[in-house]
Amino acid sequence: MSRSWGYVRRNPLLLVGVAMFILLLLFWLIGPQVIDVTRARPISAMADQRPSAEMPLGSDSVGRELLPNLLVGSLYTFEIGLTAGLIGLVVGTILGFIAGYFGGVIDSFISTAADVALTIPALAVLVVIASVIKEVLNVRNLALIVAALSWMRPARTIRSQVLSMRERSYVEIARLSGMNDWQIIVQELLPNLLPYLAATLVGAVAGALLAAIGLEAMGLGPQTEPTLGMTIFWCNYYGALLRGMWWWWAPPIVAILYVFAALFAISSGLDELANPRLRRAR
Amino acid sequence: MSAPVLQVRNLCVHYETDAGPVKAAENVTFDLARSERMGLVGESGSGKSTTVLALLRMVTPPGRIRGGQVLLDGADLMALSPEQMRRMRGSAISLIPQAAMNSLNPVMRVRDHFYDTILAHDRTMSRAQLAAHTGELVEAVGLRPNVLRMYPHELSGGMKQRVCIAMGICLRPKVIIADEPTSALDVVVQRQVMETLGRIQRQLEASIILVGHDMGLMAQFVDKIGIMYAGRLVELGPVTEVFGLPLHPYTRLLINTLPSLDAKAVFKGIPGQTPSLLNAPAGCAFHERCPDAVGDCWKAQHVLTEVLPGRWVACPCHAGAAA
Amino acid sequence: MSSRYIVRRVLLFLLVIWVGTSLIFFLPRLAPDRDPVAQRLGNLAATGGINTEGLDEMVEAYRAKFGLDQPLWKQYLNYMFDMLRFDFNYSIAMYPATVFEIVMRAVPWTVGLLLVSTLLAFAIGSLVGALLGWPRTPRVMHWVATPFLMMSSVPYYILGLVMMYVFAFKFKWLPLGGGSQYGTVPTLTWQYVWDVVHHAILPAASMVVAGVGFWALSMRGMMVTTLGEDYVMLAEARGLSPRRIFFRYAMRNAILPQTTGLALSAGTILSGSLLVEVIFRYPGMGSVLYRAITGFDYFMIYGVVFFVILAVGAATLLLDLIYPLLDPRIRYSRK
Ligand SMILES: Nc1ncnc2c1ncn2[C@@H]1O[C@H](COP(=O)(O)OP(=O)(O)O)[C@@H](O)[C@H]1O
Ligand SMILES: [Mg+2]
Repeated sequence: MSRSWGYVRRNPLLLVGVAMFILLLLFWLIGPQVIDVTRARPISAMADQRPSAEMPLGSDSVGRELLPNLLVGSLYTFEIGLTAGLIGLVVGTILGFIAGYFGGVIDSFISTAADVALTIPALAVLVVIASVIKEVLNVRNLALIVAALSWMRPARTIRSQVLSMRERSYVEIARLSGMNDWQIIVQELLPNLLPYLAATLVGAVAGALLAAIGLEAMGLGPQTEPTLGMTIFWCNYYGALLRGMWWWWAPPIVAILYVFAALFAISSGLDELANPRLRRAR
Repeated sequence: MSAPVLQVRNLCVHYETDAGPVKAAENVTFDLARSERMGLVGESGSGKSTTVLALLRMVTPPGRIRGGQVLLDGADLMALSPEQMRRMRGSAISLIPQAAMNSLNPVMRVRDHFYDTILAHDRTMSRAQLAAHTGELVEAVGLRPNVLRMYPHELSGGMKQRVCIAMGICLRPKVIIADEPTSALDVVVQRQVMETLGRIQRQLEASIILVGHDMGLMAQFVDKIGIMYAGRLVELGPVTEVFGLPLHPYTRLLINTLPSLDAKAVFKGIPGQTPSLLNAPAGCAFHERCPDAVGDCWKAQHVLTEVLPGRWVACPCHAGAAA
Repeated sequence: MSSRYIVRRVLLFLLVIWVGTSLIFFLPRLAPDRDPVAQRLGNLAATGGINTEGLDEMVEAYRAKFGLDQPLWKQYLNYMFDMLRFDFNYSIAMYPATVFEIVMRAVPWTVGLLLVSTLLAFAIGSLVGALLGWPRTPRVMHWVATPFLMMSSVPYYILGLVMMYVFAFKFKWLPLGGGSQYGTVPTLTWQYVWDVVHHAILPAASMVVAGVGFWALSMRGMMVTTLGEDYVMLAEARGLSPRRIFFRYAMRNAILPQTTGLALSAGTILSGSLLVEVIFRYPGMGSVLYRAITGFDYFMIYGVVFFVILAVGAATLLLDLIYPLLDPRIRYSRK
């Protein structure tokens, strides 16, 4: 216990990141009680209104009120990032495990596939998929599309960790004491991988967010749901910046910066856990 | 007898960890005479490496040198500025690392390692002088000159270690520190490397501190031996005398675990647990494993004292017995 | 040099191009019960564009190669053959210009912007990261670097929007967008060159600012790992100056995985720069892609995507081939 406290004390960023997420959660929980989320739809407010007492963040050119827009949008965006990141992590971990633990042909196959998939820019592939089904894109299938290309980095990380762990003595001891592969994986390897899994999840969520928001900024996102990326797309589309409508483009940007800053804080807070050598730097 | 080259006085090194300070070297005190060979032995984790690194002032955080003096020809190294200390390293005191380490920069040719070392201390050497000097050095350690053009990954373990020895002597240091220089080499290579080291040391008339595990090797190689236990020097004396009549119970156990003096043997262990350096027990660190512990060993911290001429021991009972 | 290494890399490159190109072919065909291209062409023919005649011809040609009456493998072969000849068909929206022509016009803009800003970000970021991992670096450096590190995961174009607002909209120091003054003809005059540079500053700056943090962060990690290596410790014991150790021993080795990182990130960087182009209406591939997406110009989309995959594959291959020059362990491996 005192050791984990020592860890947090050395890595206050972890605490900062978690606190930022708790704030965000509170916004999502309490927000809908005081904000009328139905006004995030088009023509529910007078268009192009500056922020005022009634509309704290004003409205956009198609009559969405922007505070509810931000509430709904940030939640959707995070949903996409988390879903895609989690799926990517699970699939990647399984593949990385199989590759690292069993080695041989399976390993070559999975590793090569990961290398190829990593080299082909995700955005390019996503653009091809999304442009075909643009009209029917929604939050859920966007998350799935992004997830399809989120498994490679987790697979690589986990594979190399498993490779280095496989040869260590405790695995040997477990094997000698008659445990089978499955028991070794679940009882010996998985617990030791937890710090890497945590760090990898944060990375996967950040990567998925990056891909999803990027696609949306190109207009390839849910056409009717005001995710943060789509809001930026509409800003660009209607020239919000050139028309001086800062209240339209600034909130999604601040929200995106906030989410990435929180993820950054958490991941650098976890860094030392995953790479104990970093400790010496401080 | 001439004045010692190196005098170490009450050297203390602690690692500041989350759980508290690890006292890896406590009040380490010894002298090293000119062209003397001293051995430093002890279980793994007893603080040997920490002690010798402290002599070079190269303890890395979380480690810190908490006190003590290291006098080289009478000048206190602890009082030098970082730049002055840098100039001492490699030229006055040099280090020969453990053979298992990847001690050479993988992207640099062997030759450039020599040039780097020499130029760091002497900018006046010309290219031709450098080449000639380096050639001699490599030959002196029994390597062929073509290794100079090679990259570290092209050398075998024994060759790398010879390169490290040649680098350790290229500026004719007064003190050479060798931290387990052969522990990762196989037996034949080990012997060759030790012979090379011994020959070079004699030629240079340098003093040497040899850190090691191998009591047999120590018996053959060194003049004087120091035994470390839990961060403290517990016994220090001429090697033949210490082997003939060990004064500290720990030394005695160490020597008794050897099959015979001449056979090469690495000691296996002594019953009981190595004490934690973290929350070191009060009193003598060895008392829990000591067959001869008496009444106040668990509270009294025994100091290293000279009980016979040249024989130092940190144990009161045997100090009395020897007298 | 180890030829096995080279062969492996070239094979990987070919594999990437083949898989990538095949994806462009198969993914749209996975969509249930429709060929979006044919549908789009059908729509155009029905509404009647300006160039109906030419369009009709194009639709005919498309049907002949990719019509539903053709077996899939034949369509695939037709498609692969076209791609190998860089024949991506006409742009649907900008007929009679071909996709290839339009892409070729955009490529220099993208390459220029991308190369300059990536190299700058990589060089500055690696140096800053190396300093951050170096224990002797003064504390101020850490304070100065923290905001950049925090921005390391922020998409380039988000920073781009903020910078555009501050420097172009608010203070009017720099142009709001575009690649050069509207209506200017490319000439080799100082005036034109300055105009281009002037327009590139903001998009490039947003990529550099975000990139520096990214490279600094990974370099810091590499540096810490390298500083823990025995050869760095021994270099200090040999009495080398801190400066020498920093550059020749620590940084020189830490830059190796950093270069691998650059190869691995080529795709992400290019994607990021395409989005920056969209925001700044910069006349490169990003803007072309954006217009193609909003205009349902499928040939154009596939053409740009093909080039993006080709470019990233080639950049990765190039970096992989440069790597042995930096690392003698690979250059002189006896395997
Ligand atoms: N970086 C460190 N942090 C904490 N404790 C350390 C560190 N390095 C060494 N120690 C501790 O210092 C003690 C002495 O280590 P060392 O000098 O390497 O011993 P030896 O060379 O005799 O094996 C050990 O108990 C070890 O646990
Ligand atoms: Mg040691």
